[in-house]
Amino acid sequence: MTPDPLDSRRAHEELIRRRQRSRAIVTALLLGALVVLTFAIGMARMMQP
Amino acid sequence: MASPESLAPLPADWRDFWALTKPPVMTLVVFTGLCGLLAAPTSVHPVLGFTAVLCIALGAGAAGALNQWYEADLDAKMRRTAARPLPAGRMERGAALHFGVGLGVFSVILLGLAVNWLSAAVLAVSILFYVLIYTVWLKRRTPQNIVIGGAAGAFPPVIGWAAATGRIDLLPVLMFLTVFLWTPPHFWALSLFVRSDYAAAGVPMMPVVAGAARTRRGVLVYTLPMAASAVAPWPLGLTGAAYGIAAALLSAVFLALAAAVARSEEADPALMMAERRLFKFSILYLFALFAALVIDRTLLA
Repeated sequence: MTPDPLDSRRAHEELIRRRQRSRAIVTALLLGALVVLTFAIGMARMMQP
Repeated sequence: MASPESLAPLPADWRDFWALTKPPVMTLVVFTGLCGLLAAPTSVHPVLGFTAVLCIALGAGAAGALNQWYEADLDAKMRRTAARPLPAGRMERGAALHFGVGLGVFSVILLGLAVNWLSAAVLAVSILFYVLIYTVWLKRRTPQNIVIGGAAGAFPPVIGWAAATGRIDLLPVLMFLTVFLWTPPHFWALSLFVRSDYAAAGVPMMPVVAGAARTRRGVLVYTLPMAASAVAPWPLGLTGAAYGIAAALLSAVFLALAAAVARSEEADPALMMAERRLFKFSILYLFALFAALVIDRTLLA
């Protein structure tokens, strides 16, 4: 029995979406961390003599 | 089944970008950078210290990514590196280039703005040195590639010290020198037992070009000044006896293992126990030496 071309296309597209989603989540987390870090750096520099 | 031509290309997974930064190499770079920062005579705000170490890690990651971008063809020929994202076909070369350049520029600018521009300048030099001098210029041309290129990995303690103090003194220069002289015995020990990999890729590592006997002598020749440089901060009055004794003992073990490599005539890589022992100990050596330095200068000062 040969696999259905539509099924494998759907599986491929699902894999693409999953990767895009995980990359978007990682990017959002990194940007959030950058915002927190920028704030902390600003506070630290203000506290320096 | 749908033909591969009709399917959209898979975007690289975020884990592949992580792998591009060579995390195991980053560990040593982060540690030596942190030690440079902690050994400095001035205290630094924890947030700024964290930022400095983060930027050192990001800079090292950028250099690793650009190295893999340039060497994808070599990596594909070596068993040790064939599974990396680019040779394995899990990522487009352009994505690796953009990631490496972006990460490198970001790390230098963040370090300059948050901490100081001297440390940022040294970080920029270290990234450019690793990518342009070692990867592009030396690696495929000369068996001395690792000797000169080793300087790139020796910069982190200088960056850490410069981040804390805003200047470069004798102690970070000696730390630089120790890592610089440690690199040839460390990599040549490895290249002795993975010689076939380097030969297959046409990389002119010392054992491939000059033979095992000369490489073994080279390991011992570089170990002697490395040991002198490691112990030097003690007689120069830059550290106390605790560091001096630790450095002398660690260097004595390193010397004994290097002498065993120099004496060995083993030709079968699978049986090169002396080389494997030296390679493993060389990693422990650097960690222990720099940890002793920090303990001496902070806790015992």
